[in-house]
Amino acid sequence: MDEKCHCDCKNAPPDRRGFLKRFSAGFLGTLAMLGPIGAGLAVLLDPLRRKVDQTGTVVQVTTLLSLPEDGIPRKFPIVASHVDAWNRSAASPIGAVYLRRVKGKPVQALNVVCPHAGCFVDYAAAKNSYLCPCHNSTFSLDGAINDPNSPSPRALDELTVEIRNTNEVWVKFQNYRAGVTAKIPA
Amino acid sequence: MKKAEALLAWLDSRTGYKQLLNEALYENVPGGARWRYVWGSTLTFTFFVQVITGIFLWMAYSPNSHGAWESVFYIQNQMWGGWLLRGIHHFTAQAMTILLVLHLLQVVIDGAYKAPREMNYLFGMVLLVCVLGLSLTGYLLPWDQKGYWATKVATNIIAVTPFIGPALQKIVIGGNDYGHLTLTRFFAIHAGVLPGLMIFFIALHVYLFRKHGLHAKEPKRKPDAKFWPDQVLMDAVACLAVMTVVLFFVLKPRLFDDGMPGAHLGPPADPTEAYSAARPEWYFMFLFQFLKAEWLVKLFGHNGELVGAIIIPSIAITILAAMPFIGKWKLGHRFNLGFLAALFAGAGLLTYLSFAEDRGKPEFAASVKQAEHESERLRHLALANGIPQEGAVALMRRDPLLEGPKLFAKNCASCHRYDGHDGMGNKSTDGQTAPELKGVGSREWLAAFLDPKHIATSNFYGSTRFANTKMVKFVQKDVAEFNAAQKEQLRAVIAAVSAEAALPTQRSLDANDKALIETGRIAIRNEAMRCIECHQFRKEDDAATAPDLTGYASREWLMAIISDPKHPRFYGRRNDRMPSFGEEKILTREQIGLLADWLRGDVEIKVVER
Repeated sequence: MDEKCHCDCKNAPPDRRGFLKRFSAGFLGTLAMLGPIGAGLAVLLDPLRRKVDQTGTVVQVTTLLSLPEDGIPRKFPIVASHVDAWNRSAASPIGAVYLRRVKGKPVQALNVVCPHAGCFVDYAAAKNSYLCPCHNSTFSLDGAINDPNSPSPRALDELTVEIRNTNEVWVKFQNYRAGVTAKIPA
Repeated sequence: MKKAEALLAWLDSRTGYKQLLNEALYENVPGGARWRYVWGSTLTFTFFVQVITGIFLWMAYSPNSHGAWESVFYIQNQMWGGWLLRGIHHFTAQAMTILLVLHLLQVVIDGAYKAPREMNYLFGMVLLVCVLGLSLTGYLLPWDQKGYWATKVATNIIAVTPFIGPALQKIVIGGNDYGHLTLTRFFAIHAGVLPGLMIFFIALHVYLFRKHGLHAKEPKRKPDAKFWPDQVLMDAVACLAVMTVVLFFVLKPRLFDDGMPGAHLGPPADPTEAYSAARPEWYFMFLFQFLKAEWLVKLFGHNGELVGAIIIPSIAITILAAMPFIGKWKLGHRFNLGFLAALFAGAGLLTYLSFAEDRGKPEFAASVKQAEHESERLRHLALANGIPQEGAVALMRRDPLLEGPKLFAKNCASCHRYDGHDGMGNKSTDGQTAPELKGVGSREWLAAFLDPKHIATSNFYGSTRFANTKMVKFVQKDVAEFNAAQKEQLRAVIAAVSAEAALPTQRSLDANDKALIETGRIAIRNEAMRCIECHQFRKEDDAATAPDLTGYASREWLMAIISDPKHPRFYGRRNDRMPSFGEEKILTREQIGLLADWLRGDVEIKVVER
């Protein structure tokens, strides 16, 4: 086969008898790349291994004294222990909640994140409702969708509240998946 | 099938890819495929491997001085296949340097650099410098002690460049000192500038290689062949061999069971801690050794570094680059071969000398051992409780096992000893004038202290002002004459005093000997034992003149005596030379706590629950 090829046959099709050669060249070359690409893909896919914390973080947010009696919501940061890849800190801001007093239960807590696309929802005092600045989802004070045209698939996510030692407000903080009707921890 | 062919035909009519592919694949190889032509292809292969592994590493690496080491640690220890990815990147870099040398040798020996291929040779030289730049910048990125101190030397050498040196150095390290901007700059150069330049020059290099054709080695042994598949097959075998060697080095520690597989990661960079075993990557060792040469200083005085690190290497690179032109002279080619041989022989000799020199130095081995101990401990600490936001160095500083001995060596070892050394395993040059403190508060330690043969040695009170006090006399006279029953009582007293320390190393012993300890607590008040004549034990005693035995060698007790030995609870006005480390603000409370924990052997890593 080599003898045939030393003329000017630059554009000649590859010799079929060279199949084994071609196959081996391709196979060995691929084999040589397996290690680097495999290790790289493993690192790329590593985040899939990180489980979602579904237990929530129970944290004291404030005391009843700082919540207005008239049921106007107030915004509070959630500061809790947090793991961020290699870092672990005892007190990091991990999110925020709206707290308000309501009849029947001591305090209602709503995650500030819009269930539509995850923007930070504002409290619009003039309209006495929550308004998402991104896509205009609106929610009534109790978190329910109050406009049929609201793009949000569900009401604001309510979080479990516990009052400890007569006036400490403890919230079980949890984020939920955006864009779906079900409340799935995220 | 027809549709696929039609689609390819359409693609070809729009791009002309078939001709490009044909040109790429069916390049003529005069004289047939040969193993000596594989070096260029293996270099292209290693470059691709570095780009691929580098981009994946990039997805996890964080270039800042509180996150670089930490993110590399995370890649290495907590990400899927991270150790393998980093290991391949690390060892392929070294393979690339070796392959470059082989490629250069092949090109020069075969005379492939001669006309009309001079420009291509020069592009190759540019690529060589780029690869060396990549190793230099990459060495710093993990931000460990080794890379930090070795690279500091390299960037300090930049500063000796005439006129622009200091300014150039500032630009390179992004400021007056190493920090965030050093890493961002080195990373940008390492992952952006140099690979970009290399892609450009590899393209030119390959283009010219194809333009002038392969430089065939005469005599041609076989008829001409095509690049694909004849030469490609050999290239593929060579690339696979390179990757096999790389993987062997990555897995070597596991195969031979002496450590973590992959690239080494030393303790994190710490400007306050010397690391005398900091060395550049092995293929820069000849330069490192060269700079140590005495004749440089003798001949050029304080310009020795300039000559050794900049002028002579520049001359060597210039001669290398000029080889195609030197080769035109009658004896030029021979000169080139001779120069290369001398260069590599010299570099090889210097490399050998530098490693031999380090092997002969006990400090070097000790420094490496200490670094390994630190990184292993840090690995456990970080895996147990994560790394604080201030970085891994802060984690080390809060660990009694790592920080305790350092504090001891700095503050205590000028008088005390720990197992005969200064805490760090070094012999102390100062004479021992205060007690040996390894196992302080343990039964063995107390038994040795209360031994007539030992108390007056320099391991206890022998070299202190307490050498002739009541305590020493009591041990040397009374204890020496104790009968069997009294000896038994003393054993109980020792158990009881030692139980005060509640040492973690004696937990089970203390729990099993409750009765003995109880007997000892009563025996301490026994007249023959004479303890409470001077000491106070579990009962307020304003008349006590000797150190309090209540809570003896407990964490609180040790911290208190280190803070203020002059306190009436301890030695009062009779205190010997020991400074009040807390009262005089020599050490912080936290540091004293670390010392106490370390001396008590309280170094177990406690997992903090979230």
